[in-house]
Amino acid sequence: MSHLVIAPVLFPLFAATLLLLLRRVMPLRVRRSLNLVALVIQILLVSLLAQRVAGGEILVYALGNWPAPYGIVMVADRLSVWMLLVTSLLAFFAMLYAVRGTDAGSRHFHPLFQLQLFGLSGAFLTGDLFNLFVFFEILLLASYGLLLHRGGANRVRAGLHFVALNLAGSTLFLFAVGTLYAILGTLNMADLAVKAAAIPPENLGVVRAAGLLLFAVFALKAALIPLYLWLPAAYSSTSAPVAALFAIMTKVGAYSILRVYTLIFGAEAGPVADLIGPWLLPLALATMAIGTLGVLAAHELRRQVAYLVVVSVGFLLTAFALGTEASIGAGLYYLAHTTFAAAAFFLLADIIAMGRGTLADRLDPGPIIANASLVGALFFITAILVSGLPPLSGFLGKYMVLNAAVDLPSMPWVFGVILTAGLFGVIALARSGSLLFYRAEGLIERTGAAGRSAVGPNWGRLLPVIGLLLLCVTLVIWAGPLSEYTRATAEQLLEPGVYIRAVLGDPRPV
Amino acid sequence: MNLFFVVLIPFLGAGLAAWVSRFGRLQSAWMAGGVTLVALIALTPSLPAPFLGETLVQRIPWIPALGLDLVLRLDGLGLLFALMVLGMGLLVILYARYYLAERDCMGRFYGYLLLFMGSMLGIVLSENLILLLMFWELTSLSSFLLISYWQHREDARTGARMALAVTGLGGLAMLGGFVLLGEMVGSYDLSVVLANGELIRSDPLYTPMLVLILLGAFTKSAQFPFHFWLPHAMAAPTPVSAYLHSATLVKAGVFLLARLFPVLSGTSQWSILVIGAGLATLLIGAYFALFKHDIKGLLAYSTISHLGLITLLFGIGTPLAAVAGVFHIINHATFKASLFMAAGIIDHECGTRDMRRINGLWRYMPYTGTLAMVAAAAMAGVPLFNGFLSKEMFFGETVTFSANHTWDWLLPAAVVVAGIFAVAYSLRFIHDVFFNGDPIDLPKTPHEPPRWMKVPVEILVAICLLVGILPAFTVAPLLYVAATGVLQTAPPDYDLAIWHGVNAALIMSVIALIGGILIYAGRRPLFNLATKLEGLLDARAVFDGLLKGLLALAGAVTRILDTGSLQRMLLVFILSALTLGTVGFLGGGAPLTGDRDLLPADAVSLLVTIALIIVALWTVVLHRRRLTALIVMGALGLLVSLIFVKFSAPDLALTQLSVEVVTIVLLLLALYFLPQYSPAESSWPRRVRDIGVACLAGGGAAALTWSVLTRPYESIADYFLENSVPGGGGANVVNVILVDFRGFDTLGEISVLALAGLGIYAMLKDLRLPGPTCDARGRPWNWDMHPVIMAALTRLLLPLALLVSAFIFLRGHNLPGGGFIAGLITAIALIMQYLANGVEWTHVRMTSNLHPVIGAGLLIGLLTGLASLVFGYPFLTSAFTHVHWPVIGDFELASAIAFDLGVYLVVVGATLLILVHLGLMHHASHPGEQEPNHA
Repeated sequence: MSHLVIAPVLFPLFAATLLLLLRRVMPLRVRRSLNLVALVIQILLVSLLAQRVAGGEILVYALGNWPAPYGIVMVADRLSVWMLLVTSLLAFFAMLYAVRGTDAGSRHFHPLFQLQLFGLSGAFLTGDLFNLFVFFEILLLASYGLLLHRGGANRVRAGLHFVALNLAGSTLFLFAVGTLYAILGTLNMADLAVKAAAIPPENLGVVRAAGLLLFAVFALKAALIPLYLWLPAAYSSTSAPVAALFAIMTKVGAYSILRVYTLIFGAEAGPVADLIGPWLLPLALATMAIGTLGVLAAHELRRQVAYLVVVSVGFLLTAFALGTEASIGAGLYYLAHTTFAAAAFFLLADIIAMGRGTLADRLDPGPIIANASLVGALFFITAILVSGLPPLSGFLGKYMVLNAAVDLPSMPWVFGVILTAGLFGVIALARSGSLLFYRAEGLIERTGAAGRSAVGPNWGRLLPVIGLLLLCVTLVIWAGPLSEYTRATAEQLLEPGVYIRAVLGDPRPV
Repeated sequence: MNLFFVVLIPFLGAGLAAWVSRFGRLQSAWMAGGVTLVALIALTPSLPAPFLGETLVQRIPWIPALGLDLVLRLDGLGLLFALMVLGMGLLVILYARYYLAERDCMGRFYGYLLLFMGSMLGIVLSENLILLLMFWELTSLSSFLLISYWQHREDARTGARMALAVTGLGGLAMLGGFVLLGEMVGSYDLSVVLANGELIRSDPLYTPMLVLILLGAFTKSAQFPFHFWLPHAMAAPTPVSAYLHSATLVKAGVFLLARLFPVLSGTSQWSILVIGAGLATLLIGAYFALFKHDIKGLLAYSTISHLGLITLLFGIGTPLAAVAGVFHIINHATFKASLFMAAGIIDHECGTRDMRRINGLWRYMPYTGTLAMVAAAAMAGVPLFNGFLSKEMFFGETVTFSANHTWDWLLPAAVVVAGIFAVAYSLRFIHDVFFNGDPIDLPKTPHEPPRWMKVPVEILVAICLLVGILPAFTVAPLLYVAATGVLQTAPPDYDLAIWHGVNAALIMSVIALIGGILIYAGRRPLFNLATKLEGLLDARAVFDGLLKGLLALAGAVTRILDTGSLQRMLLVFILSALTLGTVGFLGGGAPLTGDRDLLPADAVSLLVTIALIIVALWTVVLHRRRLTALIVMGALGLLVSLIFVKFSAPDLALTQLSVEVVTIVLLLLALYFLPQYSPAESSWPRRVRDIGVACLAGGGAAALTWSVLTRPYESIADYFLENSVPGGGGANVVNVILVDFRGFDTLGEISVLALAGLGIYAMLKDLRLPGPTCDARGRPWNWDMHPVIMAALTRLLLPLALLVSAFIFLRGHNLPGGGFIAGLITAIALIMQYLANGVEWTHVRMTSNLHPVIGAGLLIGLLTGLASLVFGYPFLTSAFTHVHWPVIGDFELASAIAFDLGVYLVVVGATLLILVHLGLMHHASHPGEQEPNHA
């Protein structure tokens, strides 16, 4: 049993505790470096783990040495590690941006950030449904703290909505887990899969109901229609590095959907097989459509980016909903792309907003921002990325999904929505870019008499954006091996028997 | 691998060209020219291959699993286009160096131009269709940058965005089409695709695939009804227009028609769509060209018309027509580029492009006039100029094609009409600008441009003449290999001679020439008519309307959905959960009630249940009076703990009890700052709706509970019961589950608690709220804050309470208790000190810095877990032993107790942190008292 499996979960908790205890002892400067070092170590830990599981081995870690299904297990398979890799890289660049001043003026930004990472890592690694609930709670509380970071009326309102809605979600999660435990008598996900597949007909209704209630919870987290309404306000009002980190938050919901509905309610689950099949694809396509309208309608850049996140959720879940090895693999490739791209966009929107003084990120013509050609070039590249134009990773992701959908019966719908959403995205972003950079006239007043004064971009802030964009470039250059990895991941997911045997040991009937 | 260099060099050069501009503006031009030459040199080793009948394919693997490699191809068609792109690029670079004004940034211009050149080369040299599409979209993006080069101008911005939107639409459609096409043949490689024409044409999805691909080609090549973006793209600097609208961007569409000609053509769908679009574009373009007063506008519409002509030729679908199409691509590129350059010179010299003002320039610039006349003659299709040759082939092909059809005169008649207009607008271009009286009110006095600015025009005009007079000795070999590349086999025999005797084509040419002259002569009434007809067929208005409609729709939908109302979000969530749960349950087809024998209802249970229901309802009724409702809710919690007692769960009862107390204190402190009464904010219908939804949700939860409780319960819990003592070393299974079996959950939950504490602390720290001075009925708050009796009592109670908490903590592993409950008891005892004695008094005696307590708790929990790693066991593996203490007796020591200590500390720390800071706010808000100096 390799302790490497638990390391990416415990290390952020350790770092958070340390940062909390050192708060009064060490100056902010040192704590910043500490946090960045911790994030680098986290990336290394995850990379080591990735090497172990890339070949297809599933590592199981029984906490407290209690065997599954009685104790809690952490399970590292290709999917978990892919999510961890994306998360840790994202977190590093978000923090790199935050240490340029966003983290000041708050008492717990650094420990909260690490605790958020603790929650994310735990959620991606756990093999226990109730433990997943616990990590959802950690995520909820940590993200609430981060959302409110540095206050302001809009943030507090959006944060309150976020937390109230998510508490309702947690309650429903408990209902669903409780029901499953009462009927199937277990919490271990692999064991749940075994028990669910062998369910007697008189219990079918209850288990199906619980399974679909879980879907409602995950859909809320993922911001799937009609449960996406919390996202635009929350993401567009919070501070930039937090919004950037939150680029992964909707993916926690998407991950849970993928995990639970391939493992417990997957194709091999007998009477409860393909539980959300009829729901997911239409909802995902509708999410993309409604999200795109939001992108077109947005009057502020950050809100526009937030709606782009909604669109990407729709896209991602469309890929997952198609349910083939190729489509899920394509979706996982896209997941990494969209996380980095959305994060870069949030950071960039912040830089632009700071450069425009009182006008902030409103999509109105304003003064020329400092260093406009460089920021404009970054905007151009980021816009290409998120709207899925060639030659960057957004296009490749789109191409892979289309390629996977082409021989499926739902092809016309998938093609229609994806291509149209792409076009409208291009139109909206061309408009925004034109307004922000081309229609700019006159120089900004450095000392704004009324309200906020404009701050020019510095390399410290631009560097994380460039870093995230380079990650996307990496996704393009090594698209071959990376897409092979995600495809192998999908293959592993579609054979839940392997996972179940790895966790429960004995070869039970699946 | 040299083809990769051909494509890559312009991209690399783009950065270089932009960079060197800091050493002087002309450096960029030199760099751009040099880069283009290097690319041309990189192409030379491959030049002979197409002439030898070979198709070069060079491959670098990229994503082989998805059929997407970096793979380039050079055949006759690719060669022709690559030469045009590079050759025309050189001329345009030379021309632009003289065209751009001092204030225009050269680096940016040449950077964009080279980006575009690279993308264009990528299109024409791609072997893989998806790769082709990537370069295709790159041309859309780089042409967006080029068109919007003068970004301060409104028309440049809108023109660029329009071009991007329309070509973007086409690109995305094409992506769909290519994916379908790739699926049909199982590969995206052109070699495979081009060899499978039969398979593709017989595929059931042939028609949608064709439509999608044609959308791409038509939008790019400005075919009706997507032609409107092209005239607006004229806002670009003229060198850009000369490049994009002669040899490159708009030719990409017809290039694609040519590229896929062998596999897509030959069906009735192809004929109808391509001939239809081509013919409409040919006519509309020719008509509008005549009536444009802007020189570039005239050229733009004539470009549209000629693109229609080429499209029409490919639509006809015969090999000979394809040859004519390729030939006209070459000819159009040469004469149109030279005309754009001439127009740029005129604009440059006159300061305007309005043909109503520019007249009689012959006197000022006869040399430029001569060059323009040659090019315009080629455009009109006058014999001895290159345009004549391809136009005659075109006329001939329409006659041949129509011979077998009914209405056989219609197509030739239509193209003759287009020919007439072409002659008329060419004539107008020359006559209006160079003759027709004197210039009217020009901003500048025109004169001949600098020597080198005319060189590119001279070269192009020379080509027009040479090809026109001596076709067999100039263009013939290139045309032959290009046509071979299009058809993928040797083209049929054709004759490039100027004189074929008197045939239908010649007669049509003559009619066009004479008709054109007549129309131009009688242009006045036609112009009047055109002014009246303006606004009809305005595709731009349609586009603008669609865009506006889309934005309005987006705004409306988003406004309706995204209201930012929490109530709405919760309603949607509850309804979603209800729907999913109900559908899920009904889909199972199982009964609601299970087959478990129900326990008899005893009086106590019944009583407590009824009490619960009443209290719950009471809370709802009283919910406006917040404090009262809160107290009643407290009763609810107590009743629940009684139920736990009834069902023999003392741990749960203890926990519930202490949590209830802490929660109520917390809420009371918070409610102090809020109004005591909630106003009635909902209307009656809304309240009815909410009652309905609440009943449904409650009913749903009840049904779920019922269905669960009436079913037999078999779970892993038996394992816990069996292993609690032997494996976990504790008789209290609940506690062993918490700190051992599922200790990891607990570690997570104490993190949640810590987070809650930190979060609330951070929120309250800078918050200053005014506290009320009297309650809702106007009674002032009691100023006797710290009654003596209470103070004395709580001080006495403190050691007792701490002792109890220690007792509860220690016995937790075997008897009801544990760190969580003990922590809450300690917290309550300490809170009492605050309440009874005041914050300042307490702070003198106890630290208010609770973060280390929380941190220490987390750290202890974590380290206890990590300790087992030292012994080679997984995280949180427990160990226990029994020690015999004197007096006390046998005592069990379990590692889990250390973990429980962590739990205890976090609970104490977090609870106190929240309560103390709520209390402090309370304190600060109270008038008459000093704000405590709290760190």
